Amino acid sequence: MIYQDSRLLLEVRGLCATVNGTEILKGLDLTVRSGEVHAIMGPNGSGKSTFSKILAGHSAYEVTGGTVMFEGQNLFDLAPEERARAGVFLAFQYPIEIPGVGNSQFLRLTYNTVQTHRGKEELDPLEFDDFVREKMKLLEMSPDFLERSVNEGFSGGEKKRNEILQMAMLDPRLAILDETDSGLDIDALRIVANGVNQLANKDNAIVMVTHYQRLLNYIVPDYVHVMEAGRIIKTGGKELAFELETRGYDWVGVEHKAATRAAV
Amino acid sequence: MSATLQNLVNQPYKHGFVTSIESDVAPKGLNADTIRMISSKKKEPEWLLEFRLKSYEAWLKMEEPAWPNVHYPKIDFQAISYYSAPKQKPKLKSMDEVDPELLRTFEKLGVPLHERMALAGVAVDVIFDSVSVATTYKDKLAEVGIIFCSMSEAVLDHPELVQKYLGTVIPPSDNFYAALNSAVFTDGSFCYIPKGVKCPMDLSTYFRINTEESGQFERTLIVAEEGASVSYLEGCTAPAFSSNQLHAAVVELVALDNADIKYSTVQNWYAGDENGIGGIYNFVTKRGLAKGVNSRISWTQVETGSAITWKYPSCVLLGDNSVGEFYSVAVTNHYQQADTGTKMIHIGKNTRSTIVSKGISAGHSNNSYRGLVKIAPSATGARNYSQCDSMLVGHQSGAHTFPYIQVANNNSQVEHEASTSKIGEDQLFYFAQRGIDAEAAVSMIINGFCKDVFQQLPMEFAVEATALLSFKLEGSVG
Ligand SMILES: Nc1ncnc2c1ncn2[C@@H]1O[C@H](COP(=O)(O)OP(=O)(O)OP(=O)(O)O)[C@@H](O)[C@H]1O
Ligand SMILES: [Mg+2]
Repeated sequence: MIYQDSRLLLEVRGLCATVNGTEILKGLDLTVRSGEVHAIMGPNGSGKSTFSKILAGHSAYEVTGGTVMFEGQNLFDLAPEERARAGVFLAFQYPIEIPGVGNSQFLRLTYNTVQTHRGKEELDPLEFDDFVREKMKLLEMSPDFLERSVNEGFSGGEKKRNEILQMAMLDPRLAILDETDSGLDIDALRIVANGVNQLANKDNAIVMVTHYQRLLNYIVPDYVHVMEAGRIIKTGGKELAFELETRGYDWVGVEHKAATRAAV
Repeated sequence: MSATLQNLVNQPYKHGFVTSIESDVAPKGLNADTIRMISSKKKEPEWLLEFRLKSYEAWLKMEEPAWPNVHYPKIDFQAISYYSAPKQKPKLKSMDEVDPELLRTFEKLGVPLHERMALAGVAVDVIFDSVSVATTYKDKLAEVGIIFCSMSEAVLDHPELVQKYLGTVIPPSDNFYAALNSAVFTDGSFCYIPKGVKCPMDLSTYFRINTEESGQFERTLIVAEEGASVSYLEGCTAPAFSSNQLHAAVVELVALDNADIKYSTVQNWYAGDENGIGGIYNFVTKRGLAKGVNSRISWTQVETGSAITWKYPSCVLLGDNSVGEFYSVAVTNHYQQADTGTKMIHIGKNTRSTIVSKGISAGHSNNSYRGLVKIAPSATGARNYSQCDSMLVGHQSGAHTFPYIQVANNNSQVEHEASTSKIGEDQLFYFAQRGIDAEAAVSMIINGFCKDVFQQLPMEFAVEATALLSFKLEGSVG
């Protein structure tokens, strides 16, 4: 939601980045204020996941230009774990499996690490168990998932739920959800979206990457951005998503090219 | 490998300091006279001197094994001193009498004796260099007929027992280092659990090599009579010296009918520095004889130290229905080399063995699992299950598996599973994205990987092993 007294959370200016020498992001701009919900759409390979991972600090990507400020601080001054502790959360498009590491131990370490950095009390294993079970109820997740290894053998949809469970636990400032809807069945989509909506408030913001307008019926965006070839080339309201759904992406590119040419 | 990873692995050795207690050190070199000197210093009976001299003769004719997957310059056996004992008189009644310097050493090791004892009611037989300095809880154990003392004492006080079993599981001619040990061993532990007695507490020994350039040759013998059971813990640390030191121990276990011996080791000898300079050569022979029916021998080891480890705690399953187990975690970093595993020799009917081996290699290290499962024609209905997992940290380390399986009858069952995994950048990134730094992440992944083995360790040992592993691998991933 757009609030009158919102604060600037994230400001991306002219972001350029390469991976293995290939330029992926080519001057990306995005401004996110507290309370807002943004959707980023765009064709496969346009750089949406790359952008998400750069915000989270993945070392495979090299930032070659531009700036990113997060709550008034240069995001690139922070190590990935410091960004997470400062409230940047990324729900991965493909959450990785960590065999041998118990999900409940992992979740507790995560929670306690972030809590400690916020100057709050840690929870002991029993307290944490109560806490996490409450959060799981919100997502209609079976407590059985606590006993398993992190994401190991989870179905696609179960992995996504486990990501949102972590978001619910960590209460981030800026949550980036990379195709969280992909792989969710219709009921799961409703449950997860409902969970996300309950977490949204006027102090945080959500950036959702998605291919489907359907998600946006549940989590209503204030802005919809179209990304193409490493840049955001169009921004509109939620009605833009409907237009994309019926017309595809091509026309956006054409319009953008015409506009750029006109400007020259 | 990234810089963070490198830094994590490159932690200095915590236990690298020398205790300045005056030592009684023999001149370097080995010949029959050295052996006579050791034997007379220890006031040994004639049969033991003969045992030593025969072993020495056998050793002279033997060759150093060349088959392990380890590489090191030739050892000059004449440049080693074969006897080193703290000058202090070793007969002590209580901890108060122990040299405060020695106690401080244990403090630095993070093993405050009194605390350990109070904590778990553990009887600790402290081996400082080659002579046992303090033995605790002896009286309490004596009440139930358990003998737990240094090997030297056992030779003097219970010669008939020592003579009956010494060298019966590992004959002096078994291999090069066993022969050397049999010739020159200076001390070690002796443990005897009489018929029907369940040892009321874990028995624990802390070994430590203190004198530079003194080889250490311990000899340990544990006998559990019919229906007896015991859990024995061995922990080892050594200070940092720039030269390489030889450690060639021999451990023999004998379990009679229905007896049960569990032997756990946490080995953290000095591993050399980050360039592979110095460190212990750990060439050890450990073997248990499951002699009686339904007997059980179980080895659990956490090997984190030593420049080179060459060690195969084995089980000879002679009694029908006897059980052999081997649970192992071996961690190598920098330029460490480990060639370790086990041998399960099935002879009795319906004998069963389990092997769970977890190898972790970081830095430029090399970690090999070598295991033999041998099922004799007589071992009908025998079963073995082996699981060998390797984990690579960074990309300059090596992991190797050499399983040997020999089955000589057609109604036995042998199962072998193996896997290799790697701590990936993407796993670490996932942890980081949730606020967890690389160090904590690696520690969590490694502990998960080793869970099946750590579960076998007594509680306080498991805690110590967990801490030790994190410490060893700090800085190796990133
Ligand atoms: N590690 C890498 N090495 C080489 N190319 C890469 C790497 N990571 C990403 N790319 C390339 O960068 C481009 C953008 O990928 P990215 O995953 O960001 O796309 P996306 O917009 O998220 O696509 P999708 O909608 O399919 O998820 C792609 O062409 C991809 O192949
Ligand atoms: Mg993507």
